[in-house]
Amino acid sequence: MPELLQFAFSGLTVGAVYALVALGFTLIYNASDVVNFAQGEFVMLGGMITVFLHLAGLPLPIAAVAAILITVLVGLALYAFAIDLARGSGAVQIIIITIGASIFLRGVAQVIFDKRFHALPAWFGSEPIRLGGAAILPQSLVVLAGAALIVALIFLMIDRTILGRAILATATNRLAARLVGIPVRRIVALSFALSAAIGAIAGLLVTPITLTSYDVGTLMALKGFAAAMLGGMGSAPGAIVGGVLLGLAESFGAGLISSKYKDAIAFLIILFTLFVRPQGLFGKRSTERV
Amino acid sequence: MERLLRNRWALVLALALVLAALPLVFPSNYYFRVAALVNIFALAAIGLNLLMGYAGQVSLGHAGFMGIGAYAVAIGASRFGLNGAVAMLAGAAIAGLLAFLVGRPILRLKGHYLAVATLGLGLLISMTLTNEAGWTGGPDGMAVPRLELFGLRLRGPDTWYMISAGALVLGVILALNLIESPTGRAMRAIHDSEIAARVVGVDVAAYKLKIFVISAIYASIAGSLMAFLNGHITPDGTAGFLRSVELVTMVVLGGLGSVLGAIVGAAMLVILPQALTIFHEYEHLLLGLIIMASMILLPRGVIPSLLARLRGGGA
Amino acid sequence: MSALLETENLSIAFGGITAVDQVSLAVSPGQIHSVIGPNGAGKTTLFNLISGLYQPSGGRVNLAGEEVTGLPPEQLARRGLSRSFQNLQIFFRMSAVENVMVGCHRHERTGILSHLLALPNVRAENRNSREIAMAQLARVGLADLAEKEAGSLSYGALKRLEIARALATEPRILLLDEPAAGCNAVETEEIDRVIHDVAKAGIAILLVEHDMRLVMRISDEITVLERGRKLVSGKPDAVREDPRVIAAYLGTFGSEEANRA
Repeated sequence: MPELLQFAFSGLTVGAVYALVALGFTLIYNASDVVNFAQGEFVMLGGMITVFLHLAGLPLPIAAVAAILITVLVGLALYAFAIDLARGSGAVQIIIITIGASIFLRGVAQVIFDKRFHALPAWFGSEPIRLGGAAILPQSLVVLAGAALIVALIFLMIDRTILGRAILATATNRLAARLVGIPVRRIVALSFALSAAIGAIAGLLVTPITLTSYDVGTLMALKGFAAAMLGGMGSAPGAIVGGVLLGLAESFGAGLISSKYKDAIAFLIILFTLFVRPQGLFGKRSTERV
Repeated sequence: MERLLRNRWALVLALALVLAALPLVFPSNYYFRVAALVNIFALAAIGLNLLMGYAGQVSLGHAGFMGIGAYAVAIGASRFGLNGAVAMLAGAAIAGLLAFLVGRPILRLKGHYLAVATLGLGLLISMTLTNEAGWTGGPDGMAVPRLELFGLRLRGPDTWYMISAGALVLGVILALNLIESPTGRAMRAIHDSEIAARVVGVDVAAYKLKIFVISAIYASIAGSLMAFLNGHITPDGTAGFLRSVELVTMVVLGGLGSVLGAIVGAAMLVILPQALTIFHEYEHLLLGLIIMASMILLPRGVIPSLLARLRGGGA
Repeated sequence: MSALLETENLSIAFGGITAVDQVSLAVSPGQIHSVIGPNGAGKTTLFNLISGLYQPSGGRVNLAGEEVTGLPPEQLARRGLSRSFQNLQIFFRMSAVENVMVGCHRHERTGILSHLLALPNVRAENRNSREIAMAQLARVGLADLAEKEAGSLSYGALKRLEIARALATEPRILLLDEPAAGCNAVETEEIDRVIHDVAKAGIAILLVEHDMRLVMRISDEITVLERGRKLVSGKPDAVREDPRVIAAYLGTFGSEEANRA
């Protein structure tokens, strides 16, 4: 029993991070149909910039805020200097541009920072909390609470603010949104900024547990994308459920079956889910009109 | 039709001539090695282009099939004492069989869902290769025994350049034949409208599966050749996610739906990193920039953009 | 004359709304049977049911005396049923003649290995399919445009290209979904001629069309749908005079026609 609790807890922690990355995917995808494979680099930048600003002498909280702001600028730059220039290109072409961007950002990180692993101190110490026989890192609770807070804020914003309504309108029908005077390109830029911020915060939250280095983004993007697809592309609740399920699948797969094959187990589950529901768990089934 | 046929053979002839002439100007073995890699990746990219550029189905896991081909020759020769050539065919058969078995459910998916499913397939293959260390040597990889054919030990980049060039020409011919056949028309039709293809009697699922199997076999053969050329293989180097991404980028960069484009794309992505190594740590940064820039400037890929310009058509 | 295609009480519901409700009709070889009705009456949905794109929730479809309800479109094509589309479904990246050659697909017999090796029988088959395709293009008046990329053809030409492609399957019954929509007077005349010509060759035709003059001129039989149900069916003259049809059309369709004019 204690083991199961342990698996569930570590699964939830990792899953919360995947959920944030998937949410970032979803925000950008809804606003612009772009699948942004550089999403993982936002996570990397959040962690790495904080580490290095802290090493340079800034107090941690300030370093963290600065890291988020810088990552947001990177997100905006990605939109302005790459995605916006490629408007009208096909989906595969845009994906390759974002993959190019992710290679580029990794290259930049490797030049500015280094190729080593770095840690951040845990926010509230690293003395494990005992709960029903399971040991829980305080930082795990920070990750869960932080992720929950971000998700709540995003949903509140979309639900309650004019800006959120504009985002929703853009996601539903870009042409109609433009016709009623919504500045669609600014909304898309905003979605990149928001996704970058979410990614950076995810990086800040998780780095004390998993460490960070210039190349952690690839795996993050892969998992986040998989989580978003599992949930159903374009569905924000789907992204969150997908992320958490993926985290749990990995954790239980590693604990109960084989730790070497934890990623394999997660992807097997995704494959079988898609075989049964080709549109993901929360995705809408599209009927072809002829 | 006559003109089309002539064009087709003109392309093959030109390619063969270039491949035959290149050794005359290669100053060192290093050049043979890089050129052999270009041939090998071009072969895999042509197969993937049949799937992506002609049939319109994306695969983000195609390097997995390269991995199968690579490990088939390594394991076949070292563990089962198979002749390398036989092991290569066995690898192609395994890759084709795997594609056949998993293809039908996977290819029912569309767009991004297909992307994530193929990505998962590739990941499963590379993970198996990484974890079954008893067979594969694990993440550090394993050595590939030299291929012996008719009592000759085939070694050296120049030899493998010749062999890979032959394989590439053969791959081009087969692909061009396929494109201009009933199968080719069916798969191109599927790309533009699955529904229209179905109402005139094209079994869409069956054709997607056939092309998937063919493209897997192309990748597997390329993987085997790469194993022979390098003499040592690793899971990440043959089957990893980044390899899959690289293959897709080659196809799109060179031009979806262009056999010549796949070769050009492969050449670009093999030669560029080699050339960029002189920039040391700036290598990745520049590679990323170049990929982004070429995709923004030539969204349809090098060869189709070039053809459009030659015809004088801007659009 | 016995019917080639019959539907019996064919129905489908989408989320509680019955889009096609117990529709029965029959088409005989060489007959032109039109389905008309206001927008949203369920005409295209009926076509999608018959051609196997949608699974009916009730009723059955018979083709040449055999039940084919719910069979996928590719199998129906092999049994001699093909169709065109209201919204064009063209292979835009292929030439016009290649579009039609895809229609020859069900008669092509060579295997994929022969295709890879370009064996002589494949070359012969390619030539044969091209000849058939050229003949069908000539039949719809597009022979001059055979080598043009389909994406560069005019709307009216693409409408006829779809018909040629469907004809290349050598259908026994052809479903035409608004073949004259968006065509000018000359093109409409051409399509009128093609439909007549096809029917005369003994092919059964089920037609959805908004151009009432065309429908009244060429139909042997007309079925009127309203809100998914069969309102009336009969000869053009009888349908034209039927008070229920006039009521239905004055309600919605008349104003729409006026808007179009």
